Amino acid sequence: MSGLHPARPFPEAAKSEVNNPQLRANLRKVTNTIREKRLRAVGELPHWEELRVLGAATKDASLAHLSDRLLELEASVKARGGHVHWARDAAEARELVAQIAQGHGVTELIKVKSITSDEIELNRALDAHGIHAIETDLAELIVQLSHDTPSHILVPAIHRNRAEIQALFNRELGDPEHLSDDPAVLAGAARRYLRQKFLTTKMAVSGANFAIADTGTVCVVESEGNGRMCVTLPEVLVSIMGIEKVLGTWEDISVFMELLPRSSTAERMNPYTSFWSGVTPGDGPQEFHLILLDNGRTDVLADEVGRQTLRCIRCSACLNVCPVYERAGGHAYGSVYPGPIGAILTPQLLHMDDKNANTLPGASSLCGACFDACPVRINIPQVLIYLRGEANGHKGTTLESVAMGAARYAMSEGWRFEGAVKLARAGQGPLVHGGQITALPGLLGGWTQSRDLAPFPPQSFREWWREREAEGAGGEP
Amino acid sequence: MSNAEARLEILTRINRAVRDRDVPERPAYPRAEGQSRADVLHTFEDRILDYRAGFVRVSPDGVREAVRAALGDARRVVVPDGLDPAWLPDGLDVRRDTPPLTHAQLDGVDSVVTSCAVAVARTGTIILDHGPGQGRRALTLVPDLHVCVIHAHQIVPDVLDGVHAVAGAVRAGRPLTWLSGGSATSDIELVRVEGVHGPRTLRVIVVDG
Repeated sequence: MSGLHPARPFPEAAKSEVNNPQLRANLRKVTNTIREKRLRAVGELPHWEELRVLGAATKDASLAHLSDRLLELEASVKARGGHVHWARDAAEARELVAQIAQGHGVTELIKVKSITSDEIELNRALDAHGIHAIETDLAELIVQLSHDTPSHILVPAIHRNRAEIQALFNRELGDPEHLSDDPAVLAGAARRYLRQKFLTTKMAVSGANFAIADTGTVCVVESEGNGRMCVTLPEVLVSIMGIEKVLGTWEDISVFMELLPRSSTAERMNPYTSFWSGVTPGDGPQEFHLILLDNGRTDVLADEVGRQTLRCIRCSACLNVCPVYERAGGHAYGSVYPGPIGAILTPQLLHMDDKNANTLPGASSLCGACFDACPVRINIPQVLIYLRGEANGHKGTTLESVAMGAARYAMSEGWRFEGAVKLARAGQGPLVHGGQITALPGLLGGWTQSRDLAPFPPQSFREWWREREAEGAGGEP
Repeated sequence: MSNAEARLEILTRINRAVRDRDVPERPAYPRAEGQSRADVLHTFEDRILDYRAGFVRVSPDGVREAVRAALGDARRVVVPDGLDPAWLPDGLDVRRDTPPLTHAQLDGVDSVVTSCAVAVARTGTIILDHGPGQGRRALTLVPDLHVCVIHAHQIVPDVLDGVHAVAGAVRAGRPLTWLSGGSATSDIELVRVEGVHGPRTLRVIVVDG
């Protein structure tokens, strides 16, 4: 499971991902489908814009009182018989989960889909302790069995097609029947495989969509029922949550239960949501641990512009409207947080001196669609531009700044620009492949790293205009 | 102890980060125009059918027959304590959850019949607060068919109404389960498959009066 750290800069990763036609076709279908469905789901609520404003303000209020909220949450979870732990970073969080598992002699545990657990690379750390974590969300199971990484927040295995999943399940699930490639048959195989695990496994790990300070309530939003299985049937439950997930009072949950499903799966409401407060005698796990994770979040909180990123409720609406995500796919971002939100969250969590992560704010056309789609009004384009400035501050004089300087010089006088175009046309011959310039040399290489360029046309507008005048066709009647 | 250290350090970082920040003003919760009771019930029915769950509306003396029809071929039924005995038809293999059934016993049951705490029309959501007549959480999770009997007066227009209705149960420490249709996934090529781990079938009976 990949964590936060991109292994390559975005332009390099995107170049290979963009060349995968299967991936591009899958992504186009998914993003278009969810995009249209989401507009219908959102359009049904007459006061959607007011809900967005309230959602943003509710998160901002929680963040402004974050230490009070967390202390209140800690007290109320403890009052309900739960345990609360604090983790400054990924290593501390992983160690806490491993210790709890070892304390119960557990060698296998079940997991609800949780991006936070992927962020801290929990599964690999547990493996090192001899503890096998089984993903129970269908897509996460597909990703885990194929030793792959998720490529979308909501539908992590969307880069896989049914034939690949058929081959995988026939090989890995040891099903006596040969499975067809029908999604219902494949989901049925996962159901049979996981059911025994749900009924017999002693410990589960989950994330948390929200936590409510005054009641000590933790919440998991899902569709399949694997989340309910994991938070209900085992004896021991551990939930890992980023500290920004806390809300003040029970009533605060309402606006998010309106905003999240419609933005995420484009449904009026997701099939299942579980809420629990500590432990309930005679119902569900009788031992509950809540791990509060910082891992860079307090640094984001300290930043005046970047702070709004912590409003994110992980709905993935911004991924589905982003033209860059649609072409490059989730893996190009190299982090568990892909798409526009990942392009601002990942570099902030890692700090802008991470050489690969600081290329992510460039992974955008700044079209603004992500801001319009965001249910909690995170101004993603504003943060992108701000972070690009931060990244440039780290770089000093860059190829981009030299190129922009040259362009400014050429375009400031018409004759200079025309001369430059003629020169370029003469020189472009060796660069054109299949009607596109896919790689520019030297200083301009940065431009074509993540975009193809149409070659200069054989005749410029200015040349055409002069020719037209000379032929006497220019005069108005 | 390192956890106390981590706690202190995180709280210190937060307080340094948010020092001197103004607390933002929060706008009022936007509410839709008031709907008639008939509209609310109609919306709820529409949403339940949209989730491809079963829906039927009956008078109080029609509940038993409606439950029999909703159970179909299911014979082994688990019922929570506190469920109205008048709702249950004869001739079923009824299991009580007192003393609690084991996971394996529960897995051997076909269906469950429950009531609910409140239901939300706009989203077609049934909220269980696991009080009397609803059972512990596992009861409505493991069997493949869930028949839920709802009094018409328990159906409220909006999510916020539902949230208010169960505030007391949450403050008393009770867990909640929100159900909107049956278990579903769209993880393989975005094809919707109904019935993954939770009940494959949900049938809703609304009782007038």
